[in-house]
Amino acid sequence: MIPFKTIIHALLLTFGALFAPPAAAQDSPGPLRIEITEGVIEPLPFALPRFIAGSGSADDAAADITRVIAADLTGTGLFRELPRDAHISSVTSFDSPVQWQDWQAINAQALITGSVTMEGGQLVVRFRLFDVFSEEPLGSGMQFVGPPDSWRRMAHRVADNVYQRITGESGYFDSRVAFVTLEGPKNARLRRLSIMDYDGANLQNLTDSRSLVLAPRFSPDGDSILYTSYETGIPRVYIMDLASVRARPLEDDALTMTFSPRFSPDGRSVIFSAERGGNTDIYVLNLQTGERRRLTDAPSIETAPSFSPDGSQIVFESDRSGTQQLYIMPAGGGEARRISRNDGRYGTPVWSPRGDMIAFTNQQDGRFHIGVMRIDGSEERLLTSSFLDEGPTWAPNGRVIMFTRETAGADGAPAIYSVDISGRNLQRVSTPGMASDPAWSPLLR
Amino acid sequence: MNILSKIFLLVVVLGLSACGGNQFGAGAGGGGGAGAGAGAESNPNSVAYFNETVGDRVLFEVDQSTLTAEARAVLDAQADWMLRNMEFRAVIEGHADEQGTRDYNLALGARRAASVRDYLINRGVSDSRLTTVSYGKERPLAICSEESCYRQNRRAVTVLSAGAGA
Repeated sequence: MIPFKTIIHALLLTFGALFAPPAAAQDSPGPLRIEITEGVIEPLPFALPRFIAGSGSADDAAADITRVIAADLTGTGLFRELPRDAHISSVTSFDSPVQWQDWQAINAQALITGSVTMEGGQLVVRFRLFDVFSEEPLGSGMQFVGPPDSWRRMAHRVADNVYQRITGESGYFDSRVAFVTLEGPKNARLRRLSIMDYDGANLQNLTDSRSLVLAPRFSPDGDSILYTSYETGIPRVYIMDLASVRARPLEDDALTMTFSPRFSPDGRSVIFSAERGGNTDIYVLNLQTGERRRLTDAPSIETAPSFSPDGSQIVFESDRSGTQQLYIMPAGGGEARRISRNDGRYGTPVWSPRGDMIAFTNQQDGRFHIGVMRIDGSEERLLTSSFLDEGPTWAPNGRVIMFTRETAGADGAPAIYSVDISGRNLQRVSTPGMASDPAWSPLLR
Repeated sequence: MNILSKIFLLVVVLGLSACGGNQFGAGAGGGGGAGAGAGAESNPNSVAYFNETVGDRVLFEVDQSTLTAEARAVLDAQADWMLRNMEFRAVIEGHADEQGTRDYNLALGARRAASVRDYLINRGVSDSRLTTVSYGKERPLAICSEESCYRQNRRAVTVLSAGAGA
């Protein structure tokens, strides 16, 4: 077992005066806020009374929505729900005044109240967020209206708003994950493309298991995915419209292997790897004109390209130095500079949606790690370590990463995990069976 | 013809034993190892003979696509067989072990398949009879997570099919 190079154990939340010693906190409450920085953290306690149901038909929805909001917030590791049987006040009406002392007494720092009603066949969800110690609302009340079967999305939207108001960062709960579902023994695995909500709900299969499929990637608008399939016998990149679940080859006439695709941030082009005569280089395809242009031209392996969010640069992996390392080049090709400088091999770089970090897979001394570094290669941190961790994908807000973790041995199986970029809050993502190759969508619209 | 194939067999057996004599055939459904030499293999123009006796695969070192001396011996025999059996084409499948990322292993498998194809072409097999594909680490043959399995998975397999070559 090797020592971790730089695994930061803590995501840091300071709560301003709220996290001063308790006595002082009573004297001078500060604004309700989580600063996501570096340091030691205690989850922020919140109270979430069951949302008030406006009519009998909204009763189940109110319970379900409240449960999903709580799961979203506590799942971040940044928040802790105070058990409902500890509540002193009970909220009987969405508009009744807040009994501040009752919530202060149980040390709830945030209070979320809400209502769920059916109005004209539509589900209406309202919520308010309160800073209990300041005795003030945090932001305005909000309401969401939608068809009854979209109740989960409405719950995620409430949770995203709460997360945003308290951390100052946009949320990531109203999002989906495309991935590969696997079944069967290790030497005869069947795979299909699947998609689910970020929390594992609403699972849907997108392909049957006839062809080997790999590594889906979302378009910037979240409406389509790129993936690699062996449908014709060789791996080729396909593009699928998620609404119709219809796929077509990215190029009609590709005669050699193409794989490892990603969209450009404007959605108008796709970068990918293509093999020719055993050599793999990076190409870009203009989706409007169908024109393919070569971006690297070296006898080494160049693969796993990922655009910067402004579209001006591409990070990729290459073994031109003798081992897999990470490089950045201009989006039009040209001279590349190496950014990985520590021990081991580096692959599968992915540019953060915030633009400031690159997530990657690092392999050294027989272990695999998911890590992050600044785009100049500085401040590298390895976040995880296992027999086989690979393929990071960023949450829409750039604060959380999902990846594939596979266990060793003849019975080894892949699963999807998530971890904060601080290295905290490692969790297995719920999937019905074996799962790999997660791709996190942008926030839904 | 008889003499020819006897000489040929000798070369192949040498090549296989240098590889450590492990069970090459485990994936393709062949129960017997290379030495068993029975059944349809008795027909030196059969696919079974090619797979089991000539040897349908070569192995690679970690993260390498260069052909070892043992691999070259197997490929010499494969080329000879293909030149004697012109009605067959081949897909060369490149594979990698699980110690690597998915994309890189796809590219590495492509390199390995191309090494084999290039060698066979140099030995006189028409490139129109040969295609390549990489499975990266997606189709392991041996499933333990130890070198004894990894070495079997770092392979390029010449998969024959009947059909007119050019």
